[in-house]
Amino acid sequence: MKALLVNYEYCTGCHSCEVACRNELGLAAGEFGIKITEVGPYKYTEDLGLENNWEWVYVPVLTKACNLCEDRSKLGKLPSCVQACQAWCLYYGEAEDLVKKFDGKTRWSLFSK
Amino acid sequence: MADFNEYMDTVNREAYHDGEWQWQEGDLTVTRTTHWSPPGCHMGCGVLLYTKDNTLVKVEGDPLNSVASGKLCMRCLDMPEAVNSPDRLKYPLKRDGERGENKWRRISWDEALDEIEIKVKDIKKNFGSPSIVVVHGTGRNIGWQVPYFASAAMETPNVSTFGFTGFACYLPRMIGTSAKFGDMVLADASQCHPDRYANKDWAVPGCIVIWGNEPIKSNADGFLGHWLVQCVQQGSKIISIDPRLTWWGARSAYWLPVRPGTDAVVGMALLNVIIAEDLYDHDFVEKWTYGFEALAERVADKTPEWASQYCDCDPDDLRGAARLMATSSSCAIQWGLAFEQQLAALGVTECAADLMAITGNIDNPGGNIFIRCAFLIEKRYGLGDDLIDPEVYNLKLISKTSGINESNIVSCADTDAILSAIETGEPYPIKMFWIQSSNALACPGMDAPRVYAALNSVDFVVVADPFMTPTAVAVADIVLPVAMSCERNSVRTWWTPVRSMVKVTSYYEAHSDEQIVMDVGKRLCPENWPFATDEEFATWYLLDQRSPGGTLFDKDFRQLVEQGGTEYWDWDETYYKYEKGLLRPDGQPGFNTPTGRIELWSFGYDRWGVDPLPYHLEPPESPLSTPETFKDFPLVLSGGGRSFEFFHSEHRQLPTMREFHPWPLVMINPVDAEKYGIRDQTWVWLENSRGARCKQLATITEQTKAGIVHAEHGWWFPEQEAASPNFFGTFDSNLNNLTQAFYVGQGGIGSPIKSMLCKVYPVQDGDKLPHEVVAEQGNYAQWEPGQRYPDIEEPLVTYIK
Repeated sequence: MKALLVNYEYCTGCHSCEVACRNELGLAAGEFGIKITEVGPYKYTEDLGLENNWEWVYVPVLTKACNLCEDRSKLGKLPSCVQACQAWCLYYGEAEDLVKKFDGKTRWSLFSK
Repeated sequence: MADFNEYMDTVNREAYHDGEWQWQEGDLTVTRTTHWSPPGCHMGCGVLLYTKDNTLVKVEGDPLNSVASGKLCMRCLDMPEAVNSPDRLKYPLKRDGERGENKWRRISWDEALDEIEIKVKDIKKNFGSPSIVVVHGTGRNIGWQVPYFASAAMETPNVSTFGFTGFACYLPRMIGTSAKFGDMVLADASQCHPDRYANKDWAVPGCIVIWGNEPIKSNADGFLGHWLVQCVQQGSKIISIDPRLTWWGARSAYWLPVRPGTDAVVGMALLNVIIAEDLYDHDFVEKWTYGFEALAERVADKTPEWASQYCDCDPDDLRGAARLMATSSSCAIQWGLAFEQQLAALGVTECAADLMAITGNIDNPGGNIFIRCAFLIEKRYGLGDDLIDPEVYNLKLISKTSGINESNIVSCADTDAILSAIETGEPYPIKMFWIQSSNALACPGMDAPRVYAALNSVDFVVVADPFMTPTAVAVADIVLPVAMSCERNSVRTWWTPVRSMVKVTSYYEAHSDEQIVMDVGKRLCPENWPFATDEEFATWYLLDQRSPGGTLFDKDFRQLVEQGGTEYWDWDETYYKYEKGLLRPDGQPGFNTPTGRIELWSFGYDRWGVDPLPYHLEPPESPLSTPETFKDFPLVLSGGGRSFEFFHSEHRQLPTMREFHPWPLVMINPVDAEKYGIRDQTWVWLENSRGARCKQLATITEQTKAGIVHAEHGWWFPEQEAASPNFFGTFDSNLNNLTQAFYVGQGGIGSPIKSMLCKVYPVQDGDKLPHEVVAEQGNYAQWEPGQRYPDIEEPLVTYIK
């Protein structure tokens, strides 16, 4: 099964995936095939014993408009969001291959339908 | 972790037409090229332009171009919206009413050129060519074209940005490192290697210091910030020196939230720790530097505890950061605009340069590489200024008090000297402004109302821009429509690789920057403009530029275009050039400085009349320098931080960018919001001690520390009334109502733009708007021509060394 993997530890919230996707799908203003959500910034009141006690993270979310760029894939091209992703944190492929990237250290999420 | 090799190995090269520069996909033509501007930024990423019937339909990043590997920012992805914007200027316009009425008459290019030719020749004859000032905006693709135009057509030495006091953008870091290192320096994110992160000589930086900039948003100085995100994924530790919490600070080993304007204090403390704890690179210091003992003596008492009283950083964090810098496998410093937007610009630069040097992070993999523009195509700013009669060139408007100006290390004129000449008529009056892609009122013009008054008093003003800007409406007599990046044949080297942009569409009568300066140049000084086409002009830049021997490049414009638009230079990707005799004209090992060494005690600085060792200058108004003023204006006001959506004052007319970022935002910490009664997403005034104010939308956030607010720059509202007095609302939210001219640091360099004091309070219905104040009384306070505002309070703390 095809899926999109996000190593959201490194997402910078730059909006490139959102705009590239909208270009591909031709969506109207305010509509998205992928949209970034944001948590933080805040500092944990308890010391979590981490190098950095700040939380500030972005996670892209796929909407029902996303078709994993079926047409682009047929042409051998990367999904538009993966190609544009400035943070190099998006991956596309078979779900069972993608999960092998989980490294036990950074935060990941796998999206499919 | 992103695997660069895996990414490149799995990209389907056939699908992206490897080896081709232009092809068809269905009914679309695809062109492999690069983009610079307009609309702009400082980068030149590889793009695939999709066009149909003379229209730009879509832009994608080019995965096979090594500059950005197919990654692309939202502004470039949205380029069709800019290129096809209904707001674009289509034809040359002549003012058909009073200035500011926004009444225009369409004229032909011939009419425009006729009028410009007559006016310029008349001004040259009656007042001398230096009475013409040529202005260009930062980062636009006109850095060699417009200076050449100033010299080879206008015959004036007065080319500059305008309204931007203290050369407060990158130039201080460039001249500072030129003096101390003999070369310029960049953090090494593998960008000089065509095979990038896979290059066998490159090493991931052990530690990256992000200092005074948010590179993923600003991409300044030819450096793409996201390159460093890739480094972090490969293991680089982060030190963030920034009053704001950024993406970097939230992921850092150490975040040093410096009080704005005191970065040199941080730098001196870091030097102190590294020397006091004997963590410096003895071998490098002994072999390759000069003046270490003097440096050690200067910082011997600059302990972290001493520093914390000025910079508000935790002493333990300062100590930890210094140790990490000195003990990492390598340490790259990505520095930014905050360096020079404070008074001690050259002092901060010295600190950073000395930190690179004493830790041995000089021209090393993953450290700080020495860089020259590819193939030595661009040798220096000020192309063609030797064409100007030396007696005329000596009339260049420079500050009399600046040693740097006397040394003529800076090719551009001094903006304060220009402002003074306009206001006083001394040493000669200014009769004409040629403004190409600069929006002085909305963006660089410090004390925007004063800049408006000055420009409006100049007899003849030409503005060339893709859009009708506040500056054009307010002061232009003729407005020329400028073509966008996909509509021009052009070349650039801002470092490496050399890059071409190729014309694939056209837009009504918009002409490229190259075409405009060539057409005017041929009218005024035809002997300097022997180019039949823009392609010939570009080829001349690549190969010739009048110099015996030309450049080190060997391909013409068309060849560069047809190989996809980029070529890397092996000199830039060579490490340890100082060991290999690659830096000095005599071919000997060492550095291109008077001593042949890195000068920790700098002869260049000393000659300029600048402290040759690290120093700090306290902002003219600050909690320490003006405690009385601080009681009434209890917040430190920083500003100018970038956002993903905009490049300076550009992109405000694009619906997509305004969807993501509708209004100017001022960051306020929740503690201050509570204290001053500010609610999130409400309009607030920022006001300073001379009563100047602007309004922005409050965003309550932990991104700024309590006691510090951060406002945005460059705002205007293309959807609002253009005509006087509103001028697209450009005064109302303008942070530059609060800045000031004529306040500079040592050597005439640096300006306290990012370190002011203010108070914050809610906007009320019926409050008088800044544009109404400007219309009624000109400005918030009175000034003497050519002088800065008198101090409200004599500063207590000034020079710390």
